[in-house]
Amino acid sequence: MSYQLETAEHPERLRRVAIDPVSRVEGQGKVTILLDEQNKVHQVRLHIVEFRGFEKFIQGRPYWEVPVMVQRLCGICPVSHHLAASKAMDIIVGAKKLTPAAEKLRRLMHYGQMLQSHALHFFHLCSPDLLFGFDSDVTRRNIVGVAAEHPEIAKRGILLRKFGQEVIRMTSGKRIHGTGAVPGGMNKSLTVAERDELLKEIYHIVAWSRDAVHLIQKVHMQDPGLYNSFGIFRSNFMSIVGNNGDLDFYHGSLRARDDNGKLIFDGVDYQHYNTYIEEEVKAWSYMKFPYFRSLGKEQGWYKVGPLARVQNCDQISTPFAEHERKEFVDYAGGSPMHAPLAYHWTRMIEMLHAAEQIKELLHDDDLLSNDLMVKGERQMEGVGVIEAPRGTLFHHYQVDENDVVTMANLIVSTTNNNQAMNEAVRHVARRYLHGREVTEGLLNHIEVAIRAFDPCLSCATHALGKMPLEVELLDAEGGQIHSLSRA
Amino acid sequence: MSAPLVIFAVGNPSRGDDALGPELLNRLSVWLELNNQQGTVELIEDFQLQIEHALDLQGRQLALFIDAGQRTPTPFGFGPTVAVDRIGHSTHALEPGSVLQVFRDTEACEPPPAFTLCVSGQSFELGEPLSAAASEHADKAFEFLCALLANPDATDWASRVI
Repeated sequence: MSYQLETAEHPERLRRVAIDPVSRVEGQGKVTILLDEQNKVHQVRLHIVEFRGFEKFIQGRPYWEVPVMVQRLCGICPVSHHLAASKAMDIIVGAKKLTPAAEKLRRLMHYGQMLQSHALHFFHLCSPDLLFGFDSDVTRRNIVGVAAEHPEIAKRGILLRKFGQEVIRMTSGKRIHGTGAVPGGMNKSLTVAERDELLKEIYHIVAWSRDAVHLIQKVHMQDPGLYNSFGIFRSNFMSIVGNNGDLDFYHGSLRARDDNGKLIFDGVDYQHYNTYIEEEVKAWSYMKFPYFRSLGKEQGWYKVGPLARVQNCDQISTPFAEHERKEFVDYAGGSPMHAPLAYHWTRMIEMLHAAEQIKELLHDDDLLSNDLMVKGERQMEGVGVIEAPRGTLFHHYQVDENDVVTMANLIVSTTNNNQAMNEAVRHVARRYLHGREVTEGLLNHIEVAIRAFDPCLSCATHALGKMPLEVELLDAEGGQIHSLSRA
Repeated sequence: MSAPLVIFAVGNPSRGDDALGPELLNRLSVWLELNNQQGTVELIEDFQLQIEHALDLQGRQLALFIDAGQRTPTPFGFGPTVAVDRIGHSTHALEPGSVLQVFRDTEACEPPPAFTLCVSGQSFELGEPLSAAASEHADKAFEFLCALLANPDATDWASRVI
């Protein structure tokens, strides 16, 4: 867990490669690599321009508006922000425990989000890399390429995502900008017709999710030399786990392990997260670098997301996903798997778990109940934490006596993975670029490593007219030596 | 039974001029109601275009994508959109042409004729309202939209390319 390749000794003497998706909005990533005359790698940095200004966006608003407005922070995972903010505001309104109906409806919404997000990532983003190989023609590395050669897989990906979106629509009331969760509970239950409509599809969804796990497992096992080592680095890992150690995306306590799987902390009430986690600011990056206070900056960084969650929990409560978790753990050989490409495998185990959870919930009549709200003694401060598709998401607010938000702090999943993604990129640069002429195929290896983490790089806006992905090779003075452009 | 025309409007209402799509959709919704045309058009709003929007093209005779643009013609551009075998480096949003391509590949048939109305924006920061320039562009684009909806026909629309 070192900082090798983070900062070169004499950057002024080196050439610079920038992988820069030029854009006019925040929420984009860029990789810079400094090379010497022999193309040896001296410095690698992944810069993610975190979405700025969210504190200002939230501060000064009434607390009850926050669960709705935070959905506009990110067009990729609005439900995660919606639920994390709602959980924080539950604390503010003194709702220590929601009604069974409200919690189950929120869980249903969240599992819908996990399902659709993981399906999109696997079928659209990563399966082209995995099915065609990293060096394949760039035009085939997208869902169009998958659809052309694997039409059934592509169609299933779309239908899985569509089903997840339908779950969200029915629980939040709208396809986007929904208002399902409110401080203290939910504002709508499911109708019988809505439940029955989802029930018609859920058995296919579970079956397709199982197939997806088996597909990625097969891909992984076909080339273990690559999949077990590509971009590998060792790190601590963290997630919330349910009260009995179950994998739990919606609620639980914080648990962290070191790279050997030994507990660092466990059972931590996330209301006190900032006693355990600190955020470091680095001059070269807009995004902060969180770390465990007890281990310090250099040793305390960690990874989050599917690979962390599936290995951090003691078991999964649903049978098919638990079977697949055990297969994964057996494959890893009894110690934590750290290979970034294993994120894909664990992501599909999670998608299966989400599908199974949805199936179970759809058979629970609590979803139809109108006992949806509780309240208690008003508080001035609340923290909401949720396991978003990409990892642990923190929302922390302070609210004054006039019900106005005076402080907001968010640690999003991609921020939690900041150092981890940098380490993966450095490993790949060292392994594949060091001493070679830089080509588009080699640069795609960098993107493959980043994609494994599924970082949120395009928060909430996307207008037409964006520039294509630009890769520039610059000299030490910033003059362009060579460039590659990808539409 | 699907409405023969589907209109996708994409953008984030809280990100300055990215709200152009949703803004025009809201105006259209009112206009359709006033003109008693709700059944002929389905309006779909989202933050971004995604793969599942290909399913919303099923059974349509015509499709229109409305989006904000940067460094695009002012006040707006309008033209036909064809399926393109290309998706950007980000997973998080598709171009209109890529949505058509996903439809073609997964449905094994040609997508309906499609057009894109790209309204020029200037500023896209979180929490900003629509800029003055974008508001003017929206007014002109809406006038144009009403003319399009008066005759939702691909041949007619093709004659109105800007």
